[in-house]
Amino acid sequence: MSLTPQDITRIANLARLELDAPHAERMLQQLNGFFDIVEQMNAVDTKGVEPLAHPTAVMERVALRLRDDVASEPNQREANQQSAPAVERGLFLVPKVIE
Amino acid sequence: MSHPSLHQLGVAELAVQLAAREVSSIEVTRHLLARAQAHQDLGAYLALNEEAALAQAQAADARLAAGERTPLLGVPLAHKDIFVTRDLPTTAGSKMLEGYRSPFDATVVAKLADAGMVNLGKLNCDEFAMGSGNDNSAYAPAHNPWDRSRIPGGSSGGSAAAVAARLVPAATGTDTGGSIRQPASLTGITGIKPTYGRCSRYGMVAFASSLDQAGPMARSALDCALLLSAMAGPDLDRDSTSLDHPAEDFATPLIASNSGAVSAYSESDGGQKSFKNLQGLRIGLPKEFFGDGCAPGVQAAVRAALAEFEKLGATLVDISLPRTELSIPVYYIIAPAEASSNLSRFDGVKFGHRAKQYTDLADMYKKSRAEGFGPEVQKRIMIGTYVLSHGYYDAYYLKAQQIRRLIAQDFQQAFTQCDVIAGPVSPTVAWKIGEKSDDPVANYLADIYTLSTSLAGLPGMSIPAGFGEHGMPVGLQLIGNYFKEAQLLGVAHQFQLATDWHTRAPAEFQT
Repeated sequence: MSLTPQDITRIANLARLELDAPHAERMLQQLNGFFDIVEQMNAVDTKGVEPLAHPTAVMERVALRLRDDVASEPNQREANQQSAPAVERGLFLVPKVIE
Repeated sequence: MSHPSLHQLGVAELAVQLAAREVSSIEVTRHLLARAQAHQDLGAYLALNEEAALAQAQAADARLAAGERTPLLGVPLAHKDIFVTRDLPTTAGSKMLEGYRSPFDATVVAKLADAGMVNLGKLNCDEFAMGSGNDNSAYAPAHNPWDRSRIPGGSSGGSAAAVAARLVPAATGTDTGGSIRQPASLTGITGIKPTYGRCSRYGMVAFASSLDQAGPMARSALDCALLLSAMAGPDLDRDSTSLDHPAEDFATPLIASNSGAVSAYSESDGGQKSFKNLQGLRIGLPKEFFGDGCAPGVQAAVRAALAEFEKLGATLVDISLPRTELSIPVYYIIAPAEASSNLSRFDGVKFGHRAKQYTDLADMYKKSRAEGFGPEVQKRIMIGTYVLSHGYYDAYYLKAQQIRRLIAQDFQQAFTQCDVIAGPVSPTVAWKIGEKSDDPVANYLADIYTLSTSLAGLPGMSIPAGFGEHGMPVGLQLIGNYFKEAQLLGVAHQFQLATDWHTRAPAEFQT
């Protein structure tokens, strides 16, 4: 299979990336080059194989845990906002989304 | 009094001299900061921590003067710029994070600081740790100290270059698909990626969360053991994938084995085999790692190292990891899928780059991300978004996860026949900067020997094994079963007691 320019436009929109025409063209070539090496996966029989999302799932005696649902960190609003592009009175500023 | 050779000391040697008060931490720190300045053209450092490092060194000297003796007290290191630090900016090698200041230190950074180490600065890396050559850094490529026209490997390329050029005795790295082992191999140093989950990921800028793992890079297995002892350990409240597995002292057993006492390995320590020498050790050689794709010079160096292991008493066993080639598409689907999710946080709102001109919120997201991310990162976000999108999820993402399980099972099958697995780290020596930049998959194919270990979450390391094509360093990869870091380090240490490849430095950086 091969991706089309329309696929690139659709994926770029989902990924929230602006791609101009030359970049989109290059991306199309790169992705098609990559998916050529993906085809070999189709030949593998994976019927009944449980997907492995996380390597800890195959380690013995390892169980992932949940911690108690309580705040564990102090309030660090100012420190957390020191690298924000636009802040006013402790709030993050974004373009207007509701008219 | 100046010590022109202070930079030649590794972690263990420095620790001995610091403890004996033969040198002070401030002397070493000053010397290495000056050396870093003098070699800025290597591109190893992205930021130097001059003032804070001197203060940390002074504090370490005071503790030493008061009689405190801990193994890493006063020893300098530097961090891959993927670990967030309060003292210094954190960029992850990306324009997206230019000028970013973290309000906290990564757990690994905090643990090494608690151990008394002095942080000299932040080291170059591929953007968001995506790359095999450090040429995806948004700032500058790092150069290989053995030949500046060549890449130092990646993504922990700045870490590798700094250690190989004797700018620093040790550095942190992270490994998602080989990013500690491959640069260690290509620059002739030692690096270990522990079992997934042994080092906390808290404060590591996330690339692929089910794969990312921190580890040390240094000149010897012993030096790595000293650092890993301080880095590893549970961080249960802050990293949900941190394993509840106690920290270990990896260094003391290695030092104890220096006496040359010969005895077969024992199972006395609760199933964790410790090797006093290598009598009885079975080393598995996957036939898929020794095919035509591996350069002759690399094969020759690896074979010679394996012959050395035989002399030390080890037995070589032929094994198979039949899905080695499949690890490339499987990894390059799973890692970008996780990356596309992790990197969605970069939206130009809470931190990171925001475009100057935009029409509305969606346009702000798209422009900020297009301007802030480099080409390789954008490509992986696109791959990840596609394989997770409706209609393609089962065919790509789920299928890759199924094969991931088969790959993990292949290793368990192999470990019924051997104790450790060995082979090359990279199919070639370090290539020329820019040589692979036009080919969309050439870099990916070169990761063939490191990806499967990462997919399975196993510990792996690279140790210097000689030189291959163009006189460039070649690393030997050692892969162990889960939690067998002590065994891997022990095996590597025995090799390094018998050989001197790990002591070699590029001519320009020897004195």
